[in-house]
Amino acid sequence: MFKCCLHSQLQFRSETSLESDHLMGSREPIVLIFLILISTYESSAKGGIAEELNEEFTEGLLLRPLPDRKVLAHFHFQSSVPPTRIYGRHHHLFPKSIYQLVNKFRVREMELSFTQGRWNYERWGGYDPISSSSAKPPGVELWADFDVPLDQVDDSWRNLTHALSGLFCASINFLEHSTSYSAPQWSFHSFAGKLRYGTLPREAVCTENLTPWLKLLPCRDKAGLSALMDRPSIYKGYYHSQRLHLTSDDFGTAKSNAGTMLEQTLTVVLQPNTLGARAMVSGKTLQPSWSLNSLFGRKVHGKCSVSKSSNVYVQFEQNLVSELKEVRKKSEAPESGILIHDDFGNNTIFEMSASPDRVVKEVENLQKEDSSILLEFLVEDYNDSKPFDLGLRWKLPVVWSCQQAPLHASRFLMGSGNERGAIAISLKSLSSNNTPTVGCCEKGSQLRINIFQVVPWYVKVYYHTLKVFIDGELQSTMENIEKIHISPSEDKVSPGVMEMILRLPCGVITAALTLEFDKGFLHIDEYPPDANQGFDIPSAVVSFTDFQASASFEDNLLNKLPILNELQERKHVISYTEVLLVPLTTPDFSMPYNVITITCTVFALYFGSLLNVLRRRVGEEERRLKSKAAKKKGPLTSLLSKLSAKLKGRPVEPPETPSTSPSLINNKLVLKVILVAGIAAGWQYYFR
Amino acid sequence: MYHGSPLLLSVLGPLTAIKIEGQPNHLLCSLVSVIADFICALLIRATGRILQTARGLNLKFLGLDTMLEDIEIMPSGDIAALVYLWNPFTIFTCVGFNTSPVENLFVVLSLYGASAGIVPLAAFGWVIASHLSLYPVVLVIPVILLLGYCPDTPPRKLFLQRDLQKTGAEGSTKNHVQHRPLTNKPTEATFFWWRVILFFMWASIWIAYVLILCAISVKEYGGLPEMFKRTYGFILTVKDLSPNIGVLWYFFAEVFDFFRNFFLIVFHVNILFMILPLAIRLNHRPCFLAFVYLAISSMLKSYPSVGDSALYLGLMALFVNELAEMQFSFFLFCGYVGVSLLSPVMHNLWIWRGTGNANFYYATAMVYACFQIILVVESVNAMLNHDRKIRKLCTTTEG
Repeated sequence: MFKCCLHSQLQFRSETSLESDHLMGSREPIVLIFLILISTYESSAKGGIAEELNEEFTEGLLLRPLPDRKVLAHFHFQSSVPPTRIYGRHHHLFPKSIYQLVNKFRVREMELSFTQGRWNYERWGGYDPISSSSAKPPGVELWADFDVPLDQVDDSWRNLTHALSGLFCASINFLEHSTSYSAPQWSFHSFAGKLRYGTLPREAVCTENLTPWLKLLPCRDKAGLSALMDRPSIYKGYYHSQRLHLTSDDFGTAKSNAGTMLEQTLTVVLQPNTLGARAMVSGKTLQPSWSLNSLFGRKVHGKCSVSKSSNVYVQFEQNLVSELKEVRKKSEAPESGILIHDDFGNNTIFEMSASPDRVVKEVENLQKEDSSILLEFLVEDYNDSKPFDLGLRWKLPVVWSCQQAPLHASRFLMGSGNERGAIAISLKSLSSNNTPTVGCCEKGSQLRINIFQVVPWYVKVYYHTLKVFIDGELQSTMENIEKIHISPSEDKVSPGVMEMILRLPCGVITAALTLEFDKGFLHIDEYPPDANQGFDIPSAVVSFTDFQASASFEDNLLNKLPILNELQERKHVISYTEVLLVPLTTPDFSMPYNVITITCTVFALYFGSLLNVLRRRVGEEERRLKSKAAKKKGPLTSLLSKLSAKLKGRPVEPPETPSTSPSLINNKLVLKVILVAGIAAGWQYYFR
Repeated sequence: MYHGSPLLLSVLGPLTAIKIEGQPNHLLCSLVSVIADFICALLIRATGRILQTARGLNLKFLGLDTMLEDIEIMPSGDIAALVYLWNPFTIFTCVGFNTSPVENLFVVLSLYGASAGIVPLAAFGWVIASHLSLYPVVLVIPVILLLGYCPDTPPRKLFLQRDLQKTGAEGSTKNHVQHRPLTNKPTEATFFWWRVILFFMWASIWIAYVLILCAISVKEYGGLPEMFKRTYGFILTVKDLSPNIGVLWYFFAEVFDFFRNFFLIVFHVNILFMILPLAIRLNHRPCFLAFVYLAISSMLKSYPSVGDSALYLGLMALFVNELAEMQFSFFLFCGYVGVSLLSPVMHNLWIWRGTGNANFYYATAMVYACFQIILVVESVNAMLNHDRKIRKLCTTTEG
């Protein structure tokens, strides 16, 4: 604390001296010293704040064994910078590009995620903080909240998408068009009017997006935990989501000292190499053993030197902990009294290659017998000669399941053919779970579910066809919807947005919403290169507003660590539904020329034949036939003579002296040609 | 997505929401269509009666009534009404709850009002019909001609000649062309200017009325400019590319964006181009002119439906006597039947089964357009030939 104060004192001194010089010119140094003393006093009084007046960088890694023989790795990096008005514009750690981005577009909060694969809510959990904050829809998701007047929000958004697109080598600039983003009113996050939300479900995510993301870290992937990010092993995983969350208080009227905070997380679900046959113990398959080296192919050689803390956590979920207790009771009955975290380095169920520096238990308010456990490993103690390679080896088979969201949300399409269809969102309570739905029932309240769905304009949803089914029975819509906001799509202008709060009775087993839609027909240029694959409808966001996905840990000192802060942040339980693939009718892409020529031919047929019928005179035809029979002459001259006769308004008289008539016509023709040429020359001259 | 008149919506909109127990949802709406079609048929019948009496009078005046007695004259009004009511296209529009029966009703109302000489009714029908679907605007020419002159007659020159013959016979002068007695025109050839002026007055009253009503109903939604953009603008810019029986949807789905505006202008001008030549050539037959205009616009309009075809086919039956010698009538009939059977099949193959291709359906639309072109061209041809025949008969009786 004292060191920090000194540091800030120095800093303040320099600032104040500058200020005082500027303001007062040259006065007695006593006043100066007095001022310095005051500022020193103030800064020492606000010691807690002064401590934060530095740029900070922390890194953390959370590992969690998943029930389906996989391992979740959640990297968390956080850089923060104090507000500009205190700290100035020069940074040592905080990435300049992000700082400029925030300042230029006045971003108050922003989140960008690149995801590949789909988070498996049933197996990997849907209730814990990581699944709520880091399980993202496939592709790119971007939302941003701006601190600009309402009429400039769209412009800021457009500029931001372009800037991010350049920064992350992704086609985020496609979110620029008004058909691809929306302005949720209240459901997505509670920022009124200034939030924009857009997704690109089909964006492919690869190393080209990861490299610029890593560039934002002070150590890149050269040192610290990010050195684990071996590209092949990361992209080999079942799920991969890199996220960038930005909050800034620089523009707020409130004089808070939070400054700008950049939170970067990378969540991967990996399958450990089991190396040959699965190990079996007493007829059951063992969970795969893993180590950092086997998962990532690399080891950690110490922490990133500029990072304030660098910790690795292994989390055992609540269900796993209770399962471990069960197994232990069975295996060694006499020692059942021993607490589970007494010997984490080596016990009868599993074995860890390093013993944890600390064990943190989650504090639960609800009456639960077990709570999840975090094992903390400090990377600081390791170096090149002694690399950190954490390993977990199972000795006894353990089977458990993750904590589930109150209801499992999924979305699917109904109907066949390419004319119309229906979107159904189904919410299913998983029978074999122990979610706190029961608790809700005890309170007698109802389950409130917030659904946010954006549908592109070419899927023309008829919102009046909204039907709510609860436990398979059709319910009246009004009774079950607490609040609804719909902005219908407008062709080629804006997508359709639906936000609603659904109120379901407790103990509901299944609930479903259906919405009918017509499929639109697009212009040939509006189809993506692979048009027959279909079009993606972005994921719907289902959040359970009654439930908080947060864990609180017993150790108060731990609150200083951002990775644990992230886990403790109070957020609603959120799950994303699947991306829907809607096949749309395609025209024949090879046909433009044919269609243009054929249609124009039909028009010409219409025009010509109708004009011909209107023009025709019977007498004239008979005369022409006669003249044809009488005299065979050149078709052109006869036509011309007829034309000239028509112009004069006299009936055609066969020229008596063929030698004179053509010369007359030729003269006229020459005159006409000269006239046309003159006009053309004049045109050319005039427009040059 | 409704892009029609807000007034029609305020009438029909509530009906879509009312549901009768145990009945299909759109029963009430279809009922409205059926009633509109029925009234429409009655009006067509009344118009047919007027046309028929006018025809009889004219022929008598030309002295051809005795010549034509051996030819059976069919009651064209009844036939037209029956053709309109029993046309499968009309039935389809009722079943599918299309708004075209209502639009057709106002078009026919305008024609009936004009041919019966009821100026306010003609103006009302014209204004509402143009308000609903824009294209009936071109009907102003036939309506003016109908009001100015009387209903369809043989060419006015014949009356002139007839008069001249009579006067010539009386004056026993051989080259009567030289003394053209201008004062001796038959009453049919005079143009009633006051009726036309009255028509425009009434039309402006109705337009003001409709606009005020619309302005009130769309006040909260951006006012009249927005309404014009969403209704007429939507029709003129062909924004919706859903397949229909017309020719424009596939064209604008495929055409390069660069040329889009050019072709929009070309296609809409194509409708307008033919107005003047037809009006000059057929000015003595305003009802037939109205039929030709309707047929052309139903062929070239942005979002055609079979309801438009039902209307012009019904009106065509008003001229059964005149068009009796039309060419290719059997071929056209077979073509219409064939297209109306093939077109749903192709649509189904493309949209629902996915085994077909857009080109299949587009081909039927093209064939349908061609048949409509042949129908229009041949009917105009037949009508002109009919007039020629009358002229020939006149000259022969003269001789």
